[in-house]
Amino acid sequence: MKPILEVQHIGKKFRIQHLAGGYLSLRERMVNALKFQDNEVEDFWALKDVSFEVQPGESIGIIGRNGAGKSTLLKILSKITPPTTGRIISRGRIASLLEVGTGFHPELTGRENIFFNGSLLGMKRKEIESKFDEIVDFSGVEKFLDTPLKHFSSGMQLRLAFAVAAFLEPEILIIDEVLAVGDAEFQKKCLGKMEDVSKSGRTILFVSHQLGMVSQLCKNALLLEGGNIVQIGRAEEVINSYTRSYSSNNVFVNELTDQNKVYSINSVKPLNARMEITSNFAHNELITLEVIFSAKQNLLNTNLLIAVNNKNGQRIFSADKALNDLITVQNQNRVLLRIPSETLTPGSYSFFVAIHCPNTMSYDSKDLICPFTVFDNGSAFVQYENKWFYGDVFVKCEWEFFSI
Amino acid sequence: MIEPIEYSIESTGRKWFEWKELWRYRELFYFFTWRDIKIKYKQTVLGFLWAILQPLFMMLIFTFFFGRALNIPSQNLPYPVYVFSGLLIWNMFSAGLTSASNSMVNNALIIKKIYFPRLIIPVSAILVALFDFLMAFILFIGILLYYQQPVSWLFILIWPLSLLVAMVATLGLGAWLAALNVKYRDFRYVIPFLVQVMFFLTPVIYPISMLNYPVLKYLLACSPMFAAVELFRFPLTGLLPDPIFMALSLTSGLLFLIVGILYFKRTEDFFADFA
Repeated sequence: MKPILEVQHIGKKFRIQHLAGGYLSLRERMVNALKFQDNEVEDFWALKDVSFEVQPGESIGIIGRNGAGKSTLLKILSKITPPTTGRIISRGRIASLLEVGTGFHPELTGRENIFFNGSLLGMKRKEIESKFDEIVDFSGVEKFLDTPLKHFSSGMQLRLAFAVAAFLEPEILIIDEVLAVGDAEFQKKCLGKMEDVSKSGRTILFVSHQLGMVSQLCKNALLLEGGNIVQIGRAEEVINSYTRSYSSNNVFVNELTDQNKVYSINSVKPLNARMEITSNFAHNELITLEVIFSAKQNLLNTNLLIAVNNKNGQRIFSADKALNDLITVQNQNRVLLRIPSETLTPGSYSFFVAIHCPNTMSYDSKDLICPFTVFDNGSAFVQYENKWFYGDVFVKCEWEFFSI
Repeated sequence: MIEPIEYSIESTGRKWFEWKELWRYRELFYFFTWRDIKIKYKQTVLGFLWAILQPLFMMLIFTFFFGRALNIPSQNLPYPVYVFSGLLIWNMFSAGLTSASNSMVNNALIIKKIYFPRLIIPVSAILVALFDFLMAFILFIGILLYYQQPVSWLFILIWPLSLLVAMVATLGLGAWLAALNVKYRDFRYVIPFLVQVMFFLTPVIYPISMLNYPVLKYLLACSPMFAAVELFRFPLTGLLPDPIFMALSLTSGLLFLIVGILYFKRTEDFFADFA
């Protein structure tokens, strides 16, 4: 079977013009023409020699950092902007959803917006009419159908927008980060709908920063970096190598060791299960923190405390350990703290490390060090991602139901 | 897959007109026009009546100042009929040109997010003006009846023809300015001025016979709207316009159409990058 999409050596060049204003002004053009000089331009390749193939029915996730070229690639695939080099052969109709509710107008009613938006997305009028009831049903805003959109809450607008998009039936569907919005229940509905779409044999290209969703929806993924494809393969593998590459300088190293201190923390490193330094963990991954410190004396009643702060800098939990006979004064001490998998919920965290005498004094302490993030790798809470804050920690609770 | 489609996306090659594609997207012409008409008259008490009231007030003002006060000749028509017939077709041009020129910029958000043949946008803007024309046309019939103005039966042929000439003129200039406007926002300021100048250079409120300089007459005939206005009045006045002037005006209209569409097609691929 021929691939449904062949991307061959796609490159996209942008010219960065060093102008004060955002757009070209005619005056500048004319002045420069008179001076026989061009505007100062700098070429910037947003994509370089990108090639890949997509088989019919394949769903492929595109991941990468901001500015890696994901959106540019989608824009080229959806014909919004032409590539500078290379070509794409498509063997099916492409519908792209770079945004939900494109063309929604606040003055039009819900009904009118469904028709206009649907038509923009490439649906025929008859198609919209036949699916109209389903769309309205899916969106759950039937009461407000004949109200101008400007009186809708933003959540309702979104539901309506997504409902229209959900009933698109192209052979290739391109989706850019649009699921990152909407309330939890509705998002679950959309995810379900998208899974249906991919199961019905349609091809999906999906861009998201929510890696949990990518792994849930896509079998394969490709990783873009600086406009190049770095890796194509099974989604989990690509996501793994992406998160590993993400680990930047999040290691704490104390270079100015204070000789007068009795205890001093020399370095702190977050490690993954393979003992590699990282700043990105899956929610179901073991988090290990390595602390190296030196002690001049072994004072009585001294504890090592390690705490995790949430993104607001509040302590979530602490681990405290009496050092007593566990340390040496000759060499440096290396301590490993393991945080069990499925403890921290997806989000950003940092550590607090202190060597102290409980309630009396602190010998050395470092706060807000080693920032790291936890991403959702398919937890039960993935549906709430970015919608609703369900807490900083997972707790294994027990349920019991009775009929009384 | 029902219909195996295969196509390629490439860096901009030489492409001329994709009739097939436009035809596939034909419904979008309707939807854009329909949307713009709806939006235009949403939350107005008088609604579509505005399409009639605007030219009516303009006619009253011009009749008072030019017809009564300045006594401008109006061929063999009552001045209100003369001026309204001109305004009717002129307004379609000026409204169409203004909204077509700004249409690409106004729809930039859509252009950046979704693909469709871009020409649909300025064309729909002109179709909105055509709708307003048809509204005002009802009033025009009323005025004709009121003044008991005899109309030649040729109007069945001539009026649609004149409308076509006006639309060609609007589309040519409109598409050109729309494309230029995306790249150089300077044109946003040029357009109202351009429309104003063209208004006085087109025999809307005065007949071309008033001018005493032949060179000036030739110059005015170069306006693509000259032919549309003169043709539109022909069934009323029965005065056949000078064929040389007509040819000049029609040629300039066609020229603008070709240049405008060509420029539009050549630059449309990059609208999303510039908008």
